[in-house]
Amino acid sequence: MATSSERSPPPFPDSEDQDVLEEVGGRDSDEEDDEVDDLFMSTSNPPLTKMDTTLTPASHPSDVLMKPPSDIMDDPIIEPVGSQAEIKPTSEFVSEPSDDFVDLTNNITDSPEAQRAAIDTTEIPLDEPSDEFVDIFGGESEAQREEVVVVADVTVEAAAGRSEVTSDVKDPPDDRKTGSDDEQEAKETSTDSIIDLSDDLPASETPQPAPASNTFVDPLVDFLSDAPPAADAKIRSRATVDLFEDEGNDLFTEPRQTKSAKQLQKSLFGERDEDLFGEPLGAASKKPVSRDLKSKPVTTKAASDVSDTGGPLQDSDPADIFSEEAVTTVPSIKKTSTVNSKTNGVHSEEETDIFAEATVELSLDSPRDERMKDVTIKPSASAPAVSAAASLAKPQSASLEELDEEEEEEQEDKFEIVISVKDPEKIGDGMNAYMAYKVTTQTSLPMFRNKTFTVRRRFSDFLGLYEKLSEKHGPNGFIVPPPPEKSILGMTKMKVGKDDSSSADFVERRRAALERYLQRVVNHPSLLQDPDVREFLEREELPRAVSTQALSGAGFLKMINKATDAVSKMTIKMNESDVWFEEKLQEVESADQQFRKLHAMVESLVVHRKELSLNTASFAKSTAMLGSAEDNTALSRALSQLAEVEDKMEQLHQEQATNDTFSFAELIADYIRLLGAVRGSFDHRMKAWQRWQDAQTVLQKKRETEAKLLWANKPDKLQLAKEEIAEWEVKVTQYERDFDRVSATVRKEVSRFDKEKARNFKREIINYLECLLHSQQQLIKYWDAFLPEAKAIA
Amino acid sequence: MMEEVNEVTSSLSVHGHNIKVTEVLKDGDTLTFLVVSQKLSGTGEYHVDRTYDDFEWLQQHLFSQEDVPGIQGVIFPSLPAKAQVNASAKAMKQLGFLGLGEWLPYCKALESFLRQIVAHSILGKNKAVEILLTSSDPPGRQRVKKNIFNRLSQAVEERRKEGHKDVDEFFQSERVRNLVLTGCAKTAAERFLDVVQSEQKIAVACGHFSASLHLCVEPGEDPDKQAFSKVCVKLSEVFDSMKKNMTSVAENNMNTLGLGLDMESRCQEAEKEMLFRRTCKLVELETARRNAEKAKPLKKAAMEEEKKAAETEFDHICGVAKQEVARFKAARVEMLQQALVQWCEKQLLTAKETADQFNQHLQAFRGMA
Repeated sequence: MATSSERSPPPFPDSEDQDVLEEVGGRDSDEEDDEVDDLFMSTSNPPLTKMDTTLTPASHPSDVLMKPPSDIMDDPIIEPVGSQAEIKPTSEFVSEPSDDFVDLTNNITDSPEAQRAAIDTTEIPLDEPSDEFVDIFGGESEAQREEVVVVADVTVEAAAGRSEVTSDVKDPPDDRKTGSDDEQEAKETSTDSIIDLSDDLPASETPQPAPASNTFVDPLVDFLSDAPPAADAKIRSRATVDLFEDEGNDLFTEPRQTKSAKQLQKSLFGERDEDLFGEPLGAASKKPVSRDLKSKPVTTKAASDVSDTGGPLQDSDPADIFSEEAVTTVPSIKKTSTVNSKTNGVHSEEETDIFAEATVELSLDSPRDERMKDVTIKPSASAPAVSAAASLAKPQSASLEELDEEEEEEQEDKFEIVISVKDPEKIGDGMNAYMAYKVTTQTSLPMFRNKTFTVRRRFSDFLGLYEKLSEKHGPNGFIVPPPPEKSILGMTKMKVGKDDSSSADFVERRRAALERYLQRVVNHPSLLQDPDVREFLEREELPRAVSTQALSGAGFLKMINKATDAVSKMTIKMNESDVWFEEKLQEVESADQQFRKLHAMVESLVVHRKELSLNTASFAKSTAMLGSAEDNTALSRALSQLAEVEDKMEQLHQEQATNDTFSFAELIADYIRLLGAVRGSFDHRMKAWQRWQDAQTVLQKKRETEAKLLWANKPDKLQLAKEEIAEWEVKVTQYERDFDRVSATVRKEVSRFDKEKARNFKREIINYLECLLHSQQQLIKYWDAFLPEAKAIA
Repeated sequence: MMEEVNEVTSSLSVHGHNIKVTEVLKDGDTLTFLVVSQKLSGTGEYHVDRTYDDFEWLQQHLFSQEDVPGIQGVIFPSLPAKAQVNASAKAMKQLGFLGLGEWLPYCKALESFLRQIVAHSILGKNKAVEILLTSSDPPGRQRVKKNIFNRLSQAVEERRKEGHKDVDEFFQSERVRNLVLTGCAKTAAERFLDVVQSEQKIAVACGHFSASLHLCVEPGEDPDKQAFSKVCVKLSEVFDSMKKNMTSVAENNMNTLGLGLDMESRCQEAEKEMLFRRTCKLVELETARRNAEKAKPLKKAAMEEEKKAAETEFDHICGVAKQEVARFKAARVEMLQQALVQWCEKQLLTAKETADQFNQHLQAFRGMA
């Protein structure tokens, strides 16, 4: 127990480690590409793509190609500034920047595509787009910053502040408003606009027109994130180099200026639509492009999520909320300007965040090949997915404002994730056979890359997941939902290949139990963040779980019992400082007994129901025989009708038995297991206490030795003793803190458990009653149909 | 006493159709049934206490009306097997439905036994019926000797004569049909009894579950705990109404179709007995005929006499039996129809009530915060 506690000073030690690993060291274990590489790639990518697309529209292949990549790669901050200077004077260069736009556009449009692709294929591509965004934004914002530094110091501060205040939702809108106000000014003075830029991305966009007229490169860089798709769309719709060049200029210069002036208060996207599409673009190209525009933020969010979730536990609160917000706001952008402004605020935060990451990794080299491929993919592909995301996220926007206060609540309630375990399938033959299940996850959570995904898992994988989770989170006082036990009898039957009703029943029961188990795991806000859980749900192939044998069947139950025995023994020793725990433990014990009793009763009820169903069936048979033996035709007819009615009733009874089983017997069995887990968490708390006490005893002893040494006057040893005392004092405080933390967690977990329990039972009961009512109505129907038959005899 | 009874041929002084066996009293090991019948004259009622022995006495008297021609062709209403207070499992099994529900079905069975007798054109005239229904002295306390209808002797003879080829096509086919129906009715009644018993078990299990749900109620101010307690209490109510539903479903089954099937089964049995008696007589007659043919001249006259007597008796029996079979068929169809209709109506009512209750519970749960 000592080892486990030592590892865990912060609340989520393992996950944190993971986090750090993923962020810094890359995800070599999980994903093939390092994140660092990705990020880096993305930074370098924009230029790369430039190369690609520039080739077609603009005829500056060599120059453009060579320059931007190298620049950006080396130092994105410097690059924009430099290009800015270049672009200003010459009109030739206008085409160049526009080319850049195109490329960047492609990039950006790519990323949605790439993401889209990622949805279909694997995780690796997913990282890329997100990283791209990160980079782009990073680059951008850096560029902005650079400018800002040049122009005004104040803005830099603001930007910095913003990056830190990521979790604050209310600020962004305000900023946005001010930003929009600023925008008006921005037209006139580029410095102001820059301030806006640093504040919000959208803000930065609107000011850009002003700079655009001045032929600033920086704004263009900004546009990379937003405007490029527009440019891209144009290119597609008209497909001419000239148009692109001209209109590109127009686009950025004229419309922007005028319209941004008029519609300052409007949302970023709204403006865009009107500006870019309303005027310069063909009607046909509007829709996809606008979607792309929308998709961008989504993807960026996704990107940020990905990066966040990599180490979810560490900075879960700000990062998560932030990401959620971001998602929420995306759909709302279309609707209201206020929400929009919020989004923008969030946006900017994100950027800064990402930007911070990006800066670290800017100096790395990038594989360019992948980028090239991405360019070819169409952006419109991403549209449906994005819109779906938007619709899913809509409800969340309502709760945006409460986010601050009720982070935790919100998180809990918002976790919309539904897991279904289906299609149990026997794989293999003989004693090596096992059952595999399809695990399908449906979620609106941004932390997952797809909305739905399915993996195939065998039973021992479920057990393996539990082992990992309980090892990681158990010592911290979390209640880790236990999976159904291994059943030697049931499995042997399966292996032998008996296809009777009892083995079908077994499979169905287990399938449902696994489903509930997984659902419980993902409903737990902390467990959901665990990388193992996500891996379990998402990853195609899992390493084979070993040593789950220890968990099998009765052994597992015994283990729990042993643990509880140990706990009860320890309670005697432990003088409980907290009455709450004492009471709660007793409650848990009695609840356990009651549940066991209830379970036995429901089981017997189910047995009777099955018996009734069997008896009804045989009665139906004998009625049919009686009917056939009867020579009074009306009576005979009625009797055979009756036989049919009884057959149907047998079905009803059968269903009722199943209903009883799954609504109550299994639910209660789940709770018996869960109560075991609850006691396990008490056990872990006890262990933490024990460790603390032990440490205290040791400290006491050390002090005594010190006193003795003092008495014996042995200064050389005294020094050593003092050091030891200091060491143990630290340990004692550490352990005490651990204990307090575990206690707090257990308390929280138990109250969550209680809440869940009441909710769970209520839901099940409602389901149950619905079934019951339905079968009664069915019964009424049968009787109604039979009554005239009976009356017709005579 | 027997003579007394037989001498009086006047009809009953009570209404036959609303004879009731209203109550059963447990007095030590014996069950006493309260038989109530309405007087034909005026508005008064006869209330008499009768034990099973009294009913048995009545049945014996009816069996032994030797002066009535063709009495053996009568399908006697069947008296249910003797009910005992602490009956063995085997005895209870023999009783079937009648052993359920605190003897209520048994009373019903006795009631219909009496009504059938009273309604019967031959049996209703017997004075013993009047005595059983109206006399304040219990008539059956002294033992009556077992007569020719002793079931034991029947069982021995049965094997030998059951398969005897009949001379009359009608009776031959009736015997075949009866044999099949007897078996079917018996199985159906048994299966249905199983169903009812399962239902009763379910009712009990629901009751237990409902009761122990109350134990899950936890004291305390904690809102979550209170919520759970509330759920438990409510669920307990749900299971209580499920229990009530099951109980009444089982009762309906028992009191309508259950009794009907039981009655059908016993009636078929009674018809079988009658047919068997007739077959016995047939065999007797055939023997007499053979004897008369083979008889030596000295005994010939006596044999012929005997043959004649047997022939007349057999004719009588056949005549009565034909009427009885026709009457019986109509009666049992009507009885079964009534049972089915009542059963269906009652179950429909119960199902509707239960659906209402469930719906209320469901709304209550949905309304719960």
